[in-house]
Amino acid sequence: MSDATLAPSGQIPTRKVPFRGGGFRPVAKRGIGFVVFVVLLLVIEWGTRAGWIGNLTLPRPSDVGQTLWGLAESGQLWVHMQPSLTRLVVGSLLGVSLGVAVGVLIGLFSYARAGLVPLVAALFPIPKIALLPLFVIWFGIDEASKYALIALGTFTPTVVSTYGAVDNVDRTLIRMGQSFGLSWWSIVRKIVVPGALPGILSGLRVSLAIGIILLVAAEMLGAEYGIGAYILQAGSLYDLEKLFAGVVILSALGVLTSSGIGLIEKRLLRWRA
Amino acid sequence: MKLSLEQITHHYAGMPVLQDISLSIPAGEILCIIGPSGCGKSTLLRLIGGLERPDSGEVLQVGEPPEGCLNPLTYVFQDFALLPWRSVGGNISLVLEDHGIRGREADEIIEDVLARTKLSDFRKALPRQLSGGMKQRVAIARALAVKPAVMLLDEPLSALDAQTRELLMDDLLALWTRQPFSGVYVTHNLAEAVRLGHRIAVLSRRPGKVREIIEIDLPLEERHHGHARLDEVQAHLWSLMKQEAMAADQELLDV
Repeated sequence: MSDATLAPSGQIPTRKVPFRGGGFRPVAKRGIGFVVFVVLLLVIEWGTRAGWIGNLTLPRPSDVGQTLWGLAESGQLWVHMQPSLTRLVVGSLLGVSLGVAVGVLIGLFSYARAGLVPLVAALFPIPKIALLPLFVIWFGIDEASKYALIALGTFTPTVVSTYGAVDNVDRTLIRMGQSFGLSWWSIVRKIVVPGALPGILSGLRVSLAIGIILLVAAEMLGAEYGIGAYILQAGSLYDLEKLFAGVVILSALGVLTSSGIGLIEKRLLRWRA
Repeated sequence: MKLSLEQITHHYAGMPVLQDISLSIPAGEILCIIGPSGCGKSTLLRLIGGLERPDSGEVLQVGEPPEGCLNPLTYVFQDFALLPWRSVGGNISLVLEDHGIRGREADEIIEDVLARTKLSDFRKALPRQLSGGMKQRVAIARALAVKPAVMLLDEPLSALDAQTRELLMDDLLALWTRQPFSGVYVTHNLAEAVRLGHRIAVLSRRPGKVREIIEIDLPLEERHHGHARLDEVQAHLWSLMKQEAMAADQELLDV
């Protein structure tokens, strides 16, 4: 260092080497997410009580809580939850399983890739809600059209994440399988699919979130019961407490599915460091 | 069973990588292939085991593989190629399952090969828990499980540190002495080649041609560190390789 060499003679400047590493490595902090939630709710509660958040801007969190409690107590919550959950489970199960299958095909076969990737790219950005009338014509106004809408919505993101995951499977492992004379089907089952599983599962988080979004859209179609129907009804009456109660339920559903996938990841991907 | 390579020539995207390679691998002998980096030695090994097709020439199996052999040409890879989601035992059973070997029969084979590679205590461990040397021993155990006629070793020690390499080299020698196997051992490390090779084929830089085949008439069990004859061969190999290595080092990749 130039200033070190220019220092007055007789004294050698000595400095501690400054620390320059660290950072860029987020670690899990327990409870912080919860604290953020609570603080946000408290601020809104305070604002609505003190008056600097207008009544029409946001409902009071405590009122929303009361509405939720009332829903649960009267049994209405389950009346709305049950059909919604069925739609979500059936629809996304269809979409996801089909999506994984097509994604693996695209990942494995050149013709499937050449033929289906553009198709999926064309389907992906279509707002599925815009297709609602079409689904009604195809599948009727009953449950089938709702399943189809959620299935199509979860299908495309699952395909994209699955074939990406298959592409990322370590080719040396596949060569190894071939060099030991494993059958094609064994290689797919024992090497390709397990190797793609981390990518498929993280894609599933996105797909299921989209599934929940489309649940509300699906219930715009002549549904009497369901969380989406409940929200839409509240919305058209400008009943903000009810609207927010419904939104809270959807958010909770999102958190639940995401942590469910987290659990599956923990069990199935224990082999990862 | 013996392997014989007949005038193998291979190109990558128009660039010749191997030219007119003829070699034979007699039963029970280890042939080492050395050459500067990029001379196509690993490609040659993939051609020998049928993982790639040569542009011209052929690889011939002469005679029948010995009885009980499940996979005549079996690789040991430089990067181990273990399935991270399977335990040590599971990685070995993987290559048995397709031959319909399950249950007790598979158990016996797994126990046996793990004992031979000193891994008996690690049957349930996952690959990520193992050191590099252990991982390669698992890969060797897996190769032994299918009773190969010829072992194809692609720089099996190159990903390991010097001490581990030394230990594993001793293990390989011990394995061979207990039960001689045929092998093709690709390496760029001359010391490994003179320790393990009955014959050493020296390839030139790209396009790889056989420059010389050196026979070492010293039994494997008598070869140890600092043996005068081995040092002499190694010095000779280095004199052959030095020019090639220097020239190869100056070449641009992918031209």
